[in-house]
Amino acid sequence: MVTNPTGSFDLENVSVAYGSETAVAGVSMHIVPQSVTALIGPSGCGKSTLLRCLNRMNDELGNVKVEGSIRFDGLDIMDNRLLDPVDLRRRVGQVFQKPNPFPMSIYDNVAYGPKTHGTRAKAELDAVVEQALKRAALWNEVKDQLKKHAFELSGGQQQRLCIARALATMPEVLLMDEPASALDPISSQQIEDTIAELKKSVTIVIVTHNMQQAARISDRTAFMLRESMDRPAGLIEIGDTRVMFTNPGDKRTESYITGRFG
Amino acid sequence: MSEPRNTTRPSIGRPGISRAAEGLAKTIIIISGWTAIALLGAIAAYLFIESRSAISEVGLWSMISGELWYPTSKTAQYGFLPSETGTLWVAIVALMLCVPVGVASAVYISEFADKRIKDVYKSVIEFMAGIPSVVLGLIGLSLLAPWVRTTFGLDTGLTAFAAGLMVGVMCLPTIISIAEDALHAVPSELRMGSLALGNTRWQTTYRVTIPAASSGIFAAIMLGMGRAIGETMVVLMLAGNSGIIPNTPFLPARTLPGTIAGELGEVVRGGQHYSVLFAMGLVLFMVTFVINLAADSVLERQRRRWRR
Amino acid sequence: MSRSSRARKAEALAKTLLGMAALLALSAALGFIGYIFYRGAGYVDWAFLTQAPRKFMTEGGIYPVIVGTVYLTVWTALFALPVGIMAGIYLSEYAPRTVTTRIMRLAIANMAGVPSIVYGLFGVALFVIQMGFNRSIVAGALTLACMTLPVIITSTEEALRQIPTDLRHASLALGATKLRTIRKVILPVAGPGIITGSILGLSRAAGETAPILFTAVAFFAPIASGPLDETMALPYHLYIMATQSTKPAPNMVWGTAFVLVAGISMLNVVVAIWRSAQRRKIRW
Ligand SMILES: Nc1ncnc2c1ncn2[C@@H]1O[C@H](COP(=O)(O)OP(=O)(O)O)[C@@H](O)[C@H]1O
Ligand SMILES: [Mg+2]
Repeated sequence: MVTNPTGSFDLENVSVAYGSETAVAGVSMHIVPQSVTALIGPSGCGKSTLLRCLNRMNDELGNVKVEGSIRFDGLDIMDNRLLDPVDLRRRVGQVFQKPNPFPMSIYDNVAYGPKTHGTRAKAELDAVVEQALKRAALWNEVKDQLKKHAFELSGGQQQRLCIARALATMPEVLLMDEPASALDPISSQQIEDTIAELKKSVTIVIVTHNMQQAARISDRTAFMLRESMDRPAGLIEIGDTRVMFTNPGDKRTESYITGRFG
Repeated sequence: MSEPRNTTRPSIGRPGISRAAEGLAKTIIIISGWTAIALLGAIAAYLFIESRSAISEVGLWSMISGELWYPTSKTAQYGFLPSETGTLWVAIVALMLCVPVGVASAVYISEFADKRIKDVYKSVIEFMAGIPSVVLGLIGLSLLAPWVRTTFGLDTGLTAFAAGLMVGVMCLPTIISIAEDALHAVPSELRMGSLALGNTRWQTTYRVTIPAASSGIFAAIMLGMGRAIGETMVVLMLAGNSGIIPNTPFLPARTLPGTIAGELGEVVRGGQHYSVLFAMGLVLFMVTFVINLAADSVLERQRRRWRR
Repeated sequence: MSRSSRARKAEALAKTLLGMAALLALSAALGFIGYIFYRGAGYVDWAFLTQAPRKFMTEGGIYPVIVGTVYLTVWTALFALPVGIMAGIYLSEYAPRTVTTRIMRLAIANMAGVPSIVYGLFGVALFVIQMGFNRSIVAGALTLACMTLPVIITSTEEALRQIPTDLRHASLALGATKLRTIRKVILPVAGPGIITGSILGLSRAAGETAPILFTAVAFFAPIASGPLDETMALPYHLYIMATQSTKPAPNMVWGTAFVLVAGISMLNVVVAIWRSAQRRKIRW
């Protein structure tokens, strides 16, 4: 077993501004390695924004400013000299809300990351692809048709392909932004099962709209809220999922959760 | 089942060489991005440099307003007015043909034709834009000029009118495609609103859609005009290239581009006539530049208006 | 009641008139093509395509003329494609949305509207005289390349814009650099669009006369042995045959026109078919 689990994040006073408008402010939290952390909160409260801080994808949106300190296993990821965003993203993978496979074969989709990072040998690539597809629970369905175009897969399969694609670079962390929200219930269940299996080996941070889902799959839950339109959103509280859902520390969390449960 | 562990990950960090290659590629791409601006500047600069001696010896204004064009006589006269008038006649005739036909076609295919017809129509029109102008000139010589001569009882069919008709046809694709884009960009809610009030499609079109797209249609007409002014081969072949100022379009005429194309081959490199032709090019460039700039800013404003 | 019936009549009338205008434009396009085919097709046979002209260009074929146009077009592509595609990539992938890029777009739109004869003048001043290429394929191709550049830039930029942002993000999130993302994901997807637009732009360049009039062509020239030679070219040959010879030989005039139009049409059709086949392959 591993002595020293990697893939932890420490955020301190993180705020994000789109242009002149601050969307998220003052977020401090610790993300425990090799566990599932769920980010919940009403739509527009900055869950995706915060998630993108962790692999610096906000950089790619243009005109976004992130402030505060974000440490990844103790390393300041805001400092390009310490860790280039390109290198960071190899270690912190992301799965998007809508399945977005590349317009190429299943095999090429999964092999894209390893090839990017210098794996050339065919045998090695084959092994990585197989392993990643297995971890994403897609192998059995596609093992005989790896050359098939990714667009021919169903939506749920495409999303698991995207998970496999992210896993193929051996990330320590997997960020998932409502990965099941565009899928049917059965596919959604399959994704949840995959996550439960994956958390043994990677840290998972997942944004979800679905309270039951958060309760089922996460170890820890963070609740975010934007209390009024003229103030940025912030973190209300973060803690053990069971505690959060049965005995939240904050009234606002309670009313959000109970409101959601009906 | 043994899960892959993360501890055997190779050391992180791309080699410096790949960073350097990335930086170099980015630099080249950025430089390429600037070529359009650089080229446009270079065109203006070279036209100016080559026409400097004409401007200082003959004078820009006396060229632009000069009525006589005798570039090869002993006391050479370099008046642009014959060419300018001819250009104007050609453009007027062309616009009288292509504005009504072009705008009407655009309205028809945007508002009344179904999708399949529209797609086919647009590709045929795009195809038409690809017919070389020298071919249209040839067709004009063999069909249009004789027709103009007999129909209007002229000595020759090679007139500003014949050239203008053919140039008008050439401008059709420009006008149709840009006007169609402008109509297409009008949000469908506007049309729905009008139709819901009980207006017919046609009432909706001329009361709502055309006014909403008017600036784009206007820009289309301006770009068509720019093309008409700048067209070279058709006028060189059809306009007759007379040196006198034509006071009707039914006379042989010359245009600015036609004069340049017709005479640059015969002049002494670096001589005065040569420099004067560059000055003519400079005038032509500036006129079309202003037209294009105006059309583009109109289009840009329209684009902004429908973007929310 | 009568008001709405009047409105309906007006609608029918308007629709008829507009439709007639549309038909007029369409029949002009098709009529011209048809006329060229009708007049020229009969003169074109294997010998016409493969033989040199004889008897002061009244007999024989136009082989060196065709070769000249091919040379010019290929060199134009060599000059215009790399710069044009990279400039398109810059505008779509790298350029910030600022005043500078607005000016760049303006410059590109404007370049497309500069009269072709002005490009000819520019080519004479810069490529023929200043750079010392004289009348040559290189000078002509550089001139044509300047003229074609805006088409290539615009079609590249448009093709790149069609690609969903999601796809870029997917690659970047895997730790690919921007350049790799462009090379491995964006360009393969946008390729057909870029190639289609570029070939259409180049096919227009192949039909241009004014820009090469003083930069590349000669009434008669043997097949060029190198890019610094002058050349014959289809559009110029057609122009000269149609206007300057005292008794134009119909086979030369209409045969050349046919070859030029048929060549460009074929290119257009092939590209259109290939494009729609590519489109069917990748569906979003
Ligand atoms: N690319 C962007 N540009 C500008 N504003 C954005 C962008 N993305 C998100 N925002 C704003 O930031 C806030 C938080 O958005 P987001 O992080 O997407 O919320 P969530 O994922 O919780 O629904 C919203 O007010 C949204 O309008
Ligand atoms: Mg979100």
